Amino acid sequence: MTSLTPAKDILPPPTERSTVLGWMKKNLFGSIGDTILTFVAGGLLLWLIFAIVNWILTKAQWAAVTDNLQLYMKGQYPASEDWRLWLLMFLLALIVGMAWGIFLKRAEAVGWVLLIIPVVLAVWLITLHRESWWRFLVVDILAMLGYFLGKRYPKKLARPTYILLLLYMPLVILVVRGFGENGFMKLVGTNLWGGLLLSLLLAVFGIVFSFPIGVLLALGRQSKMPALKTLSVIYIELIRGVPLITLLFMGQLMLPFFLPAGITIDRVIRAVVAIIMFAAAYMAENVRGGLQSIPKGQYEAADVIGLSGWQKMVFIILPQALRAVIPVLVGQFIGLFKDTSLVALVGLLDLLGIARGILANPSYIGRQLEVFAFIAMIYWVFSYGMSYASGRLETTLGVGER
Amino acid sequence: MSNESSTKSGSVKTGEPIIKCEEVHKWYGNFHVLRGVNMDVHKGEVVVVFGPSGSGKSTFIRCINRLEEHQKGRIIVDGIELSHDVRNIAAIRKEVGMVFQQFNLFPHLTVMQNITLGPIYVRKWNKDKAEEIAMQLLERVGIPEQAQKYPGQLSGGQQQRVAIARALAMQPKIMLFDEPTSALDPEMIKEVLEVMEELAESGMTMIVVTHEMGFARAVADTMYFFDEGQIVESGTPEEVFMNPQEDRTKLFLSQILQH
Ligand SMILES: Nc1ncnc2c1ncn2[C@@H]1O[C@H](COP(=O)(O)OP(=O)(O)O)[C@@H](O)[C@H]1O
Ligand SMILES: [Mg+2]
Repeated sequence: MTSLTPAKDILPPPTERSTVLGWMKKNLFGSIGDTILTFVAGGLLLWLIFAIVNWILTKAQWAAVTDNLQLYMKGQYPASEDWRLWLLMFLLALIVGMAWGIFLKRAEAVGWVLLIIPVVLAVWLITLHRESWWRFLVVDILAMLGYFLGKRYPKKLARPTYILLLLYMPLVILVVRGFGENGFMKLVGTNLWGGLLLSLLLAVFGIVFSFPIGVLLALGRQSKMPALKTLSVIYIELIRGVPLITLLFMGQLMLPFFLPAGITIDRVIRAVVAIIMFAAAYMAENVRGGLQSIPKGQYEAADVIGLSGWQKMVFIILPQALRAVIPVLVGQFIGLFKDTSLVALVGLLDLLGIARGILANPSYIGRQLEVFAFIAMIYWVFSYGMSYASGRLETTLGVGER
Repeated sequence: MSNESSTKSGSVKTGEPIIKCEEVHKWYGNFHVLRGVNMDVHKGEVVVVFGPSGSGKSTFIRCINRLEEHQKGRIIVDGIELSHDVRNIAAIRKEVGMVFQQFNLFPHLTVMQNITLGPIYVRKWNKDKAEEIAMQLLERVGIPEQAQKYPGQLSGGQQQRVAIARALAMQPKIMLFDEPTSALDPEMIKEVLEVMEELAESGMTMIVVTHEMGFARAVADTMYFFDEGQIVESGTPEEVFMNPQEDRTKLFLSQILQH
């Protein structure tokens, strides 16, 4: 009997029955020391949560925040042109929804959290008696519509989604900035851009442009051509030796001296260029780390099948090198997003700049804590979102590897 | 093994050799790795190179496709002399395939993509043709069912067979093998050697660095014993195994044939 069915001898691994109590006993109250620590830490945590909630609900005065929501979100951007920003939001919701449906396929907990955020915001606006609350619900509806369309027609919609994603950035600039003196989509100067809108634009453009430049610099630094190599090294080391704020000041104050009279460059563009230049140098060093982690055998195997230098980089080396440094790069993207707040110091009215402006208003004297807690939360939400997305990206890309 | 007089793979050692190495020297800094290597390989010939570790075997065969540069002497492959001319290097790489000890498959690409990358981007075939030929090669090396997997999902023996298929997909005239079975678990060595034996019988010109003496006995036309950057002895497997002339060869053979 036994010889006929040897499979029966294979035992399943012993299962530990895990109950909440069991888990607590093992992890929280394993020994006397553990028990004491659990009580002390737990007590501190409870006290902290209570103190914060108490402050938010009873002590804090939120007028400095709620009176100026428009300013925090978009600075002085004229209210008559708000619809342009909402249009971009709607389009983004649709694209993200479609991409989610096509590529992730499952709704997932995060999806629900993402959908709940606009609902919470809408409810909040209703309590503040703002009329624009329904727009957040449109965002949700479009996101869900996109999701179901993407899930239903993944093949047909994949290409349009890619194209929309690519076109979205130029479209943002076109729509936010506008054209013509007046009428439909009239020009809105960058001096009126502000708040979260400006912070996000600075961050997104900083990331999108510094990334390829950083990759090229990293390749330049590895290059066998001495001139290219020297230039890359000089650039990287020069920039890394200077704080971002110095670059921003140089862009705002010194650049005009070097330009011929009559030519002026937009202040926002000057800031964005400084951010890109700064981030590219760090990006280059991170990418270089990835390049160095690729074994020599990969280069040789690519050489042996006759790939050219560029083909070798694009098909073999970079995909592996970049994948290896995703966590580092995303960390840098998050840092870059937060660093955009430095433009407030050269007079731009990004999220932090607006906050400082509002606090300068005598009617909000002493409301620093509320204002800074509010913008800190906004920075946190976006930074955590990026961090989470990067974790997902790693697991998705890691499939079938090694 | 019946026709001892002619070569096993049926090649005829007349006319211009397809690989010609004359007095090849190479240094790493002050270290003289290759000290005047001479070797002619004819079309269809199967050459086995063996010798102690560090004797320069890898360095030598890597000079043949210019993964390493020689500094003195001449190497002529398929009528093209290896020099600093980049076009010559590109031309030779199209004709010479190579299989490494560590497989060196591209871990981020599927087996199919590993094999078709070269044909599509270097040979400029269209994707359908490249994939069709890749499938034929996978069948030839015995793993057609693994086409859509990633290298990390395969055993060592399977990976090395994919590496052979990847090299063959470029339709090379010459194949170089640098200790192709040394990184494999014993039970997988045979499956790789069988593929190589079939390749040898099909008339491929091969230079194989290996210590698999059974393989050498079965398919090699000529064996070269390397020591300290020089060819100490060469001959047919029968000559080298039965009647080695040099003491160093005898000593080395006695060491590796013990087990
Ligand atoms: N890139 C290199 N730089 C310096 N020395 C090297 C390099 N590659 C190999 N060598 C040395 O050259 C000698 C021959 O190496 P190799 O050709 O790999 O020998 P084998 O393949 O016969 O074991 C060894 O002593 C090795 O240490
Ligand atoms: Mg070797």
